Amino acid sequence: MSRHLKRDLVILVCVALVVAWANGDLKDLLGIPGWQSYAVRIINMCAINAVLALSLNLVNGFTGQFSLGHAGFMALGAYTTALLTMDMAAKDRVFFMTPLVEPLRNLTLPFLPALVLAGIVAGLFSLLVGVPALRLRGDYLGIATLGFAEIIRLIIQNVRKVTNGALGLKGIPPVVNLWWTLGSAFVCYLMLRNFLASSYGRAFKSIRENETAAQAMGIDLFKHKLLSFFISSFWAGVGGGLLASLLTTIDPVQFKFPLTFQVLLTVVLGGMGSLSGSIIAAGIVTYLMEFLRVVEETHYWGSITIPGIPGLRMVIFSLALVVVVVWYPKGLMGDRELTVAGIKGVLGRVRQRLRIKGGRPA
Amino acid sequence: MLEIQDLHVSYGAIKAVQGINLKVPDGKIVALIGTNGAGKSTTLRTICGLLRPEAGRILLDGDDITRLPPQDIVKRGISMVPEGRHVFPDLTVYENLMLGAYIRTNQKEVQEELEGVYGLFPRLQERRQQLAGTLSGGEQQMLALGRALMADPKMLLMDEPSLGLAPVLVQEIFALIERIHRQGKTLLLIEQNARAALTVADYAYVLETGRIAMEGTGTELLANDEVRRIYLGEVAD
Repeated sequence: MSRHLKRDLVILVCVALVVAWANGDLKDLLGIPGWQSYAVRIINMCAINAVLALSLNLVNGFTGQFSLGHAGFMALGAYTTALLTMDMAAKDRVFFMTPLVEPLRNLTLPFLPALVLAGIVAGLFSLLVGVPALRLRGDYLGIATLGFAEIIRLIIQNVRKVTNGALGLKGIPPVVNLWWTLGSAFVCYLMLRNFLASSYGRAFKSIRENETAAQAMGIDLFKHKLLSFFISSFWAGVGGGLLASLLTTIDPVQFKFPLTFQVLLTVVLGGMGSLSGSIIAAGIVTYLMEFLRVVEETHYWGSITIPGIPGLRMVIFSLALVVVVVWYPKGLMGDRELTVAGIKGVLGRVRQRLRIKGGRPA
Repeated sequence: MLEIQDLHVSYGAIKAVQGINLKVPDGKIVALIGTNGAGKSTTLRTICGLLRPEAGRILLDGDDITRLPPQDIVKRGISMVPEGRHVFPDLTVYENLMLGAYIRTNQKEVQEELEGVYGLFPRLQERRQQLAGTLSGGEQQMLALGRALMADPKMLLMDEPSLGLAPVLVQEIFALIERIHRQGKTLLLIEQNARAALTVADYAYVLETGRIAMEGTGTELLANDEVRRIYLGEVAD
């Protein structure tokens, strides 16, 4: 079999799997408005989770700064997108307790500028958080960012004139489809990949490896950490915006710490410092989240009734994380990337091993 | 010329450096020798801007660089080879070297510098795609040296380049140090291996508990009885 044929076959199989999964939903695949099927929704979630995992990986995996503030920046992005895309009638329906402040009430933008602004708002807030927090290291930075994320959430919960407080927002236009989510994930991946290949990317990695030596190279630690944090938060904001439009309803409770934990789990599972690992893990985690719904449902086996336990999925995921950290601390990909050459190498080794086994008498 | 005037550095209550004066003239090799805890590394880290001094001044060609951040000091042409080598273990040899040239903007010059470093250390060229953490101790030291050279510094500060290396490699490293010096670099060398350091040094200072105990040319100090007894381990006749 020629080399190109083998590669093309791999790609073909991948595409076929996706299409088979979304079987019968070609209407949705092409973004025709209407009811979104379950499978398409899962693919949308995969793509959004990929954006979130990629962006968290930039700070945690590539720059080596332990940040736990992702949910806060997602919340900012989600609320920005929601407030900028809802029309005045929809806003008036939602803000029946406290009216929305004036310039926002009238303002309705198309989805793309709203999404970009969501990223920018999250990014600007990350600078506000990062200037004090990024002076800390390790666990302390984790605690500080966690605290700031909670502060952002509490502000959202209490500034009712802008966010409608604990009631949340409903009726957000369901603009996103596979083009938006997969497109965002693709742009995010390309941007981070190119960025990491530049001298800035090398500087980020050098900070992760050894801060003192990085300083001795003339790298301004603070400036680079802040830049990494900004880009990461920008994409967290975009991810939050996509999520808001997909769910069409958001409230502050959604953006508590477990959301950050889920993204962090994805990053660790995929491998800190591997972009392709984050994408693969986003797919696995999202799919399992749906698949494991079974364990939370009540089952009837003849006369035996097994009650469903809500939240059991997260217990399973936590156990999975423990297993990964103990036996496979580098995650699926470590800090390597999935490349055509890499796949070929693995296939080659597997074939060689099979040949050795086959050659031996049983 | 680098000039240090009455430098004091403390870690909390511990006074590591207590009033050092020294000069590193252009184009010379100056050595700073002393035992563990004498304040050698502290002095070097303070020059690089990694530590803030309590008092005293550091002058580079007459300009006060005492409280500049490390990146500004690197831009002024002072490059450091940190102790224990401090290469970036999970990055390739090539990436390590390119990080050394981080402050340089002219990519053509950087490429030429890279060729020069590969010329000086052929082993690094052979292993340019290998992760730095998988290199041997001697190779890591060469990488740290090459990385510092990538910035095209006027002055190199070297913290214990022979630390933990086999004697044959120590010889090799010192031969390279002399070669780099002949290319016109000024060197400030910190060493516990006093004999090797004093042999290559034009001028040397002996540091004891944060103070300069003795100074002189390398040959003078090599002939000094006290230096021979304490630092070279020779029994007096």
